[in-house]
Amino acid sequence: MKKILSLFAGLVLSANSFAAGGGVPLQSANVDLSDTASLQRGASLFVNYCLSCHSAKFMRYNRMGKDLGLTDEQVKENLMFASEKVGETMDIAMRPEDAENWFGVLPPDLSVIDRARGSDWVYTYLLSFYEDESRPWGVNNLVFKDVGMPHVFWERQGAQKAVYKTEMGHDGKEHQVIASLEPADPAKHEAYKNDVQDLVNFLAYMGEPAKLQRYDLGKKVLLFLLLMFVVAYLLKKEYWRDVK
Amino acid sequence: MSTEGVDKSKRRFLIGATTVVGAVGSAFVAVPFISSMQPSAKAQAAGAPVEADISQLEPGQMMTVEWRGKPVWIVRRTPENLSALPELDGQLRDPDSAVPQQPAYATNKYRSIKEEYLVLVGICTHLGCSPSHVKSTDPHNLGGDWKGGFFCPCHGSRFDYAGRVYAGVPAPTNLEVPPYKYMSDTLLMVGVDHEGGAA
Amino acid sequence: MDKLVAWIDRRYPMSKLWNEHLAEYYAPKNFNFWYFFGSLALVVLVIQILSGIFLTMNYKPDAEMAFASVEYIMRDVEWGWLIRYMHSTGASLFFVVIYLHMFRGLMYGSYRSPRELLWVIGMFLYLALMAEAFMGYLLPWGQMSFWGAQVIISLFGAIPFVGDSLALWIRGDFVIADATLNRFFAFHVILVPLILVMLVAVHIIALHEVGSNNPDGVEIKKNKNADGIPVDGIPFHPYYSVKDIVGVVVFLMVFSMIVFFAPEFGGWFLEKDNFIPADPLKTPEHIVPLWYFTPFYAILRAVPDKFLGVVAMGGAIAVLFILPWLDRSPVKSMRYKGPLFKIATFIFVISFIALGYLGTQPATELFTDMARLFSILYFAYFLLMPFYSAIDKTKPVPDRVTFKAH
Repeated sequence: MKKILSLFAGLVLSANSFAAGGGVPLQSANVDLSDTASLQRGASLFVNYCLSCHSAKFMRYNRMGKDLGLTDEQVKENLMFASEKVGETMDIAMRPEDAENWFGVLPPDLSVIDRARGSDWVYTYLLSFYEDESRPWGVNNLVFKDVGMPHVFWERQGAQKAVYKTEMGHDGKEHQVIASLEPADPAKHEAYKNDVQDLVNFLAYMGEPAKLQRYDLGKKVLLFLLLMFVVAYLLKKEYWRDVK
Repeated sequence: MSTEGVDKSKRRFLIGATTVVGAVGSAFVAVPFISSMQPSAKAQAAGAPVEADISQLEPGQMMTVEWRGKPVWIVRRTPENLSALPELDGQLRDPDSAVPQQPAYATNKYRSIKEEYLVLVGICTHLGCSPSHVKSTDPHNLGGDWKGGFFCPCHGSRFDYAGRVYAGVPAPTNLEVPPYKYMSDTLLMVGVDHEGGAA
Repeated sequence: MDKLVAWIDRRYPMSKLWNEHLAEYYAPKNFNFWYFFGSLALVVLVIQILSGIFLTMNYKPDAEMAFASVEYIMRDVEWGWLIRYMHSTGASLFFVVIYLHMFRGLMYGSYRSPRELLWVIGMFLYLALMAEAFMGYLLPWGQMSFWGAQVIISLFGAIPFVGDSLALWIRGDFVIADATLNRFFAFHVILVPLILVMLVAVHIIALHEVGSNNPDGVEIKKNKNADGIPVDGIPFHPYYSVKDIVGVVVFLMVFSMIVFFAPEFGGWFLEKDNFIPADPLKTPEHIVPLWYFTPFYAILRAVPDKFLGVVAMGGAIAVLFILPWLDRSPVKSMRYKGPLFKIATFIFVISFIALGYLGTQPATELFTDMARLFSILYFAYFLLMPFYSAIDKTKPVPDRVTFKAH
C-alpha cells in the first residue's frame, strides 16, 4: 500500500521537476518581457559583463535595438563593443582554445540559455555564488557545483559566504551541508538582486525575441476562430435539422 | 431524414458566410508563409550599406566594393573622360537618363553627385553579367573612336563613362546608379540615400 | 458550368469520385464526438506537410549548421517562429488525434469484420507516423535529438547476429553523425511523407468500401430502403462535412492556444535540453523520448534483458495488428459488451497512461516494478481477450442505431 501511495505522489510530479539544480530550491525570476526599461538595463549588463566570454550568436544587435525601443545609433554607441555593424549577431573574439585554457570548458553560447535552463534556474544561479578557496576562481556555486565561471558580478554583489549545518546522511554519518548563503553587504546584495532580475529578463527576451508578438497575435487568431466557430456551428445546426 | 420545409435562403446565407470567413482565414494563414520567403534578417544585414574609402583612387582608376552581393564600381573620371561624354549623345539609346536607373540626385549629365566620381552597379542591364572596364588607351580597346567605358563580354553591350548604354546593343537601359552619399570628401557610403535613410 | 463538368466527366471520373466518397457516401447518422478524429488527422497531416515544406526552405541538414538554422528560422526568417511552432505542435497533436482515433476504434469494435484490413492499414499508418516523428526529432540537432536517436538506434543492436552491423548501417557512422542527420532528413521530408499520404488514400478507400462503423456497432447496410439507401445513413456531404468543419475549428482553437501561448507545453512538446546543441561527448542527466513514445519505452525498460526488452517493445506494437482476431465477443460496440470487457479496457487505459508517465521518469526501483506490472496488464488485455471476450455476458444489440434528433 505504501508503495502505491508513493507511486501516486510520484505521478503528480511534472516531467521537468528533475531539471532543478543539485536539489537547491529555485527562486522565481518573475520575468516581465513588457518592462522595456528593465530589458534595456539587462542588455547593458549583458554586453558589459557577459559578452566577452559568452557569445549570443543568434541575436542581432539591430533586432535587439528594435525590440527594446532603441535606435541603431543608440545601440552602436552604448551596447556595441565587439562588432561594427548593427546587423551583426553578438559574436565574440575569444578563441575557443583560449577559453578552454582559462575556464576548463568552453563558455556556452547564451542565445537560448534561458530556454535550456529556465529563467528561475538562471536567476538562482546568478545569486548563488559563494566564497570557496578550493576553486580556481575562489568561488563556487550552489546551483551549479564546481562551475568553471568566475563570479563576474563580484563587485556589484559583494562577497557571499556559505553557512554550514550538520545533517545526518543516508549512510548514517554526519555531513556538513550548506544551509544558506550570507551576503557580506546586504544593501549591496539587494541592489544586485535587481541587476540579476534585469539581466534574466533580458536573457528571457533573447531566448525568444518573438514571444510578445506571439501572445499578441494569438489573441487575434483565437478571436477570429471564435467567429468562425459561431458561423460553422449555425451552418451545421441548420443542416442537421434534416436528420431525424 | 427529410428535406421538407427547408429554408433554402437561410442555408445559402450560412454557406456564404462560412465560405467567406473560411476564405479570409485562409488568406490570413497564407500571409506568414508567403512573407517567410522574403529576405531574412540575415540577408538584410548582409545587404546593409557599405563604406568605400576613395582617398587612394587615382584619376582614371576604378575600384569595386560589394553591396547586396553585387559589384559596385567607383570610377574617378579624368577631365578627358568627362569632356567626351556630351560628344557621345548621338550614339546612345538614352543620353538624358530618362529611364529612372539612377536616384534623383544623380539624374544629371554625369549621372553622379560629384562630377569626378562615378558610382555604378556593375551588372549589365541585359542579362546580368558584369561588364569590364575598357579605357580608350587600352591596347585591346573597342575600335578607333572608343572613348573608354564598359563592355559586357557576354553579349557585347557597350556603356560610356556615365554608364549610358550605346544604341544598337542588346542591353535595354543605362547601368544602374545605386543610392550613395558622401560621408566626407574621401568616404563614400553605398546603399544610403544622399538625403539620409537607408535604401 | 454543367458543360464543363460533363466535359471533364467524359475524361476523368470527377463526379463519380465526388459522389462515391462524399455526396453519396452514406455514413451512419449516430456519429458522436469520437468520430471527429479521423478528419482531424487529415487536417494535421496537411498542416505538417505545409509547414514542413516551408521549414525545409531554411533548414540545413548538416551537423555543423542544423541547430543554428533552426534558431535562424526562429529569429531571422520572417514568421519563421510561427511556422516552426506549427510544425512542432502539429507533431504532438498528430499523436493526440491518432491515439484518440485508435481508442475510438477499440471502443466501438471498428476493427471487427469486415473492417479488419481497415484496422491493419491504420496500424501501418501509425508505424509510419512513428518513424516520421522519430526521424523528424533528430533534425533540430539538440541534445535530446541526438541522445534520443542514439538510444533508439542502439535498440537495433539488440537483434542477434546482425544487430550491430544493422545499427551501424542505419547511422552510417559509428555514432549519430552528420551522415545520420542527412539521411534522416531525406526520409523525413520525402520518403515517409509519401508513404503516409499513400496509406491515407488506401485507408480511406478501404473505409468507403466497407462503410463506417458507428457507436452502436450496427451494420447500417443491413437495413436499406426501397432505393437501396441505408435508412440509418446520411450523405457524408453535406451533413458530415458541415459537422467536421465545426470540429476542425475547435481543433484549430486548441492548436492555436498551444502554438501561441505554450509551444513548449511545459517541456512535453519541446524539451528544455533540446535547446542545447548536440554534444556527442556529454549525455544529458535525464533523457526521455517524446511523450508519444514513452509507453513503449517504459515497456522496453521494464524487461531486464536487452534483447527481450526490444522484443517486448516490438510485441506491444505488433499485438495491436492482430487485435481484430483476438476479440471473440458476439457484439462490436463497448455499449453492448459485458462487464469483463469493460473492466479489462478500463485497466488497459490506466496501464497505457501509467506506462506513458513512467517512461518519462527515471528508472528507480519502484518505478521499474510499477512498469513491469503495467506491462503485464498491457499484454494481458490483448492476449487474454480471446477468453474473456468469449465468456463475457453481452447485452442485446438493437436493429437500428440509437439516435435522437437534435
